[in-house]
Amino acid sequence: MLIKKRPSWALSHSDVTPESVYLDRRRFMGGMVAAALAGAGVPRLVDAAALPIQGEPLEFTAMPGFSTDEEKTPYDDVTRYNNFYEFGTGKGDPAQYADEMSVDPWSVVVEGECDKPGTYALEDLVRPHDYQERIYRLRCVEAWSMVIPWIGIPLADMLKRFEPNSRAKYVYFETLHDPDQMRAQRSLFSTIDWPYQEGLRMDEAMNELSFMAVGLYGKTLPKQNGAPMRLVVPWKYGFKSIKSIVKIRFQEERPKTTWEMIAPQEYGFYANVNPEVDHPRWSQKRERRLPSGLLSPNWMETRKFNGYGEQVAHLYKGMDLTKYY
Amino acid sequence: MTISMLPFRILVFLLSCVPLALLVLDIATGSLGPDPGQTVTETLGLSALQLLIVTLLMTPLARWTHWAGWIKVRRMVGLFAFFYAMLHLMAFLQFILGWTDLWATFTKRPYIIFGSLAFLLLIPLAATSTKAMMRRLGRRWKPLHRLIYPAVALVWLHFIFQARSDITEMVIYGLVVVCLLAIRGYWFGWHSLVPLSTAKRG
Repeated sequence: MLIKKRPSWALSHSDVTPESVYLDRRRFMGGMVAAALAGAGVPRLVDAAALPIQGEPLEFTAMPGFSTDEEKTPYDDVTRYNNFYEFGTGKGDPAQYADEMSVDPWSVVVEGECDKPGTYALEDLVRPHDYQERIYRLRCVEAWSMVIPWIGIPLADMLKRFEPNSRAKYVYFETLHDPDQMRAQRSLFSTIDWPYQEGLRMDEAMNELSFMAVGLYGKTLPKQNGAPMRLVVPWKYGFKSIKSIVKIRFQEERPKTTWEMIAPQEYGFYANVNPEVDHPRWSQKRERRLPSGLLSPNWMETRKFNGYGEQVAHLYKGMDLTKYY
Repeated sequence: MTISMLPFRILVFLLSCVPLALLVLDIATGSLGPDPGQTVTETLGLSALQLLIVTLLMTPLARWTHWAGWIKVRRMVGLFAFFYAMLHLMAFLQFILGWTDLWATFTKRPYIIFGSLAFLLLIPLAATSTKAMMRRLGRRWKPLHRLIYPAVALVWLHFIFQARSDITEMVIYGLVVVCLLAIRGYWFGWHSLVPLSTAKRG
């Protein structure tokens, strides 16, 4: 299900949007109207009655224009099935060991091509902004996917406050590197050269979909999901959405990213969800939407840009996406 | 040593069933997590590797303990390894591939090719594991069953080619396999590691 805020007449690149997405959109508009009638858009505290959701409750505004009405992946699965290799490569390792990480206090170093560099306390980074809730699809490069209600702020709003200058062509992000708190960083046979590093082109970072999340399911992020602050770039494979960020750097050259350094033939800088470009070790044509069952596997076709083509396809106009994967 | 074989056989049989029993229990109680197909496939594959290693352990154990009982259960453990490998392959086809994309998967992906070759090597071993086949093959039986050495090496490649970052676990498995093969080379001569060859030692 594709969600957009612009009316369809404002689109200039409808040629790249598959017909099925248009058909889906009609179905979705009905859902949006229903959501508006239900009072979405009014600030409220989430009602956590039935769910054993951890964390501090957050005040936020639901953003139906940036959400999907697909069935959400249950909280338990979102928080117990994670890739956060700083805590181990098993899907359950982060939930088991992320408690060894301390996230309070937390500060982020901002540096590089901007007029407001410095070390910012987390509160100073997020406090000036109103939180939004966006329900995004998350497509892992491993061919599984989830639907997650994130709480956070548009990445562009945060980055603009640092006043990036004209040489800022890319923005680089870095995860905490502290082997005392992150046990897998102590592993002898890890091929990852810590810290974990990611990056976006400036226009990708400024895209309206790019999101800096501080919570999910209405409360602050569990540590295994990248507390206290993580990126969410829903049209790219999950590994681009870097967790527990401690550094943001604006730079002129394209940053090297962690997975690109480990296996450049498998993971590119762009890492846009693309069913037409297989991972060398598996097909990307389909995905298992979690939770999936043994007897009734929840297979679905993977969509280009994870179904967010209308918002982001223009960023890659003229680029050979089989080369810039 | 006169340890009664039957209780020992039953014990080994039950122990070999444990990984499958745990998996069935997890399935029954729904505690496999949100991606059960992936978990089932991975668990079965790892059990197959572990049982292959246990199979390779039987000969050294028999020498160290001076007890032939280990050799008498070797076939059963080996057949269990094959059984788990078969379930693993079925799980992969059913839960991961959903019987789609077969050609590309089995021709283009190196780790799949390694795993498939390993499984192909194990088929004649399982098929010739009976007493009757041992008699029929005579002195050719042993060289044939040395195919377990390349098979376990291929299984290890199958795992290491899937590793994404941390290879600690597979480094440990690899060291164990190398030790188990090296000790055979040391005891029986390096030619004894060559499958299919019937050359006499010395």
